[in-house]
Amino acid sequence: MTSNISVLSTSIPIRKLPQHPNELPAENICMVTKDFNLFYGKKQALHTVNMSIAKKKVTAFIGPSGCGKSTLLRSFNRMNDLVDSCYTQGQILFDGTDIFHRSVDVTDLRRRVGMVFQKPNPFPKTIYENVAYGLRIQGIRKKRIIDERVEWALKGAALWDEVKDRLNDNALGLSGGQQQRLVIARTIAVEPEVLLLDEPCSALDPISTLKVEELINDLKERYTIVIVTHNMQQAARVSDYTAFMYLGDMVEYSDTDTIFTNPGKKQTEDYITGRYG
Amino acid sequence: MSNDEFAQHISGQFNSELEEVRSHLLAMGGMVEKQVEDAVSSLVNADSVLALEVLTTEKKINRMELAIDEECTRVIALRQPAASDLRLLVVTTKANIDLERMGDEASKIAKMAIKLSEDGVLPKGYIEVRHIGVHVCAMLHDALDAFARFDANLAVQVVHEDKSVDMEYESAMRQLVTFMMEDPRYITRVLNVLWSLRALERIGDHARNIAEHVIYLVKGRDVRHQSLDTL
Repeated sequence: MTSNISVLSTSIPIRKLPQHPNELPAENICMVTKDFNLFYGKKQALHTVNMSIAKKKVTAFIGPSGCGKSTLLRSFNRMNDLVDSCYTQGQILFDGTDIFHRSVDVTDLRRRVGMVFQKPNPFPKTIYENVAYGLRIQGIRKKRIIDERVEWALKGAALWDEVKDRLNDNALGLSGGQQQRLVIARTIAVEPEVLLLDEPCSALDPISTLKVEELINDLKERYTIVIVTHNMQQAARVSDYTAFMYLGDMVEYSDTDTIFTNPGKKQTEDYITGRYG
Repeated sequence: MSNDEFAQHISGQFNSELEEVRSHLLAMGGMVEKQVEDAVSSLVNADSVLALEVLTTEKKINRMELAIDEECTRVIALRQPAASDLRLLVVTTKANIDLERMGDEASKIAKMAIKLSEDGVLPKGYIEVRHIGVHVCAMLHDALDAFARFDANLAVQVVHEDKSVDMEYESAMRQLVTFMMEDPRYITRVLNVLWSLRALERIGDHARNIAEHVIYLVKGRDVRHQSLDTL
């Protein structure tokens, strides 16, 4: 990816632009959408979306409200199944299998593709029980194993040091930023492969936001992350690839550096420079 | 991107900040252009009054450099610009440095003009100074025009022009060296003219830099350190 210029003992890495996400080799790709259309009743919300989500990278979706970015994100673990009038055309391949195929177990899909929402939604239980919940559902009963996984998940979500002495306190007593990280811990406790984050920081203060962003950076070592955000600077900071969507179309999808320094489409340029409107 | 696009941000304040930064740089460019013209004519006309004026104006240009730099830093900090807005600000800071250096070179020429007016005029060298002076002034003018109009084609022309300035400089130097060998009494004074030619050649290089920045601004492609054929 990078080569170096050496000047005495210091070497300056020369950044090369990463490959376009849609052209990555198959082993580096986690999910692929193929001619994916989505309708809410008669209204078409997504128009022929073709994109590849890179494995163990962060992909951000940006675009104005109502452009379909959350809809697309929610399609990745079939959250839209819960909407009655919603139906889809085309495929989303996850590890080579179409997630809309009849043989796919939706519960298992949602374990493998975890999701965190805009507002932190911890259960009205203790901090410990919140994280252990998914494990218990999976049928894990041994306390020792659950203890270990809870600690691991809380550490993974950079929350352990703040809550280790109050694991039996009610989770609703945590601050908003802590609650959001608790929800992330709950999601990663069941060891998903993909994390979908739907505006995870929109209800948080700047410091909590930075903590979550730092966490995203750590988590991408293990997980594929897809994030929807209204905060363009956040997309620029945390993501490797960025997709700009507008009115249900994938307008431009490329590496984040290109999108934010020299986008190929005028629509993208207008949006990220604040000329949209 | 085109010229009128500053006016299209949702934030009107941001529009006017970018427009201001840009027009300040162009104002500074205009001043530097006049400095170079004045420096050259002070030298060829042995006009030490004009040369002194150039030296005073130089201080003003230095202050402008600081002011424009500060403006750019402030806009970057407050607005977190992206894409073409970011390129505009980065290019402005870089062109700012080039313009200030050109100002320095112009004042070098003015100093030489003062020396020459004290030591007495030379029978040779002025035509070359005037010729190359006119040439680099035109380059600078075009580079600033290209910046003002977001005209990448004009910028490419300026980059090519620099090649011919370099050649003119080489040939003028050869002539003056021959002249020094023929008549060693003039060596000190001819050297002063040579330094001035050197300064003009440097001004040409800076104009080329600005043109390259303009290409980056418009196309988003960094064309520095590339052969001319790839432009």
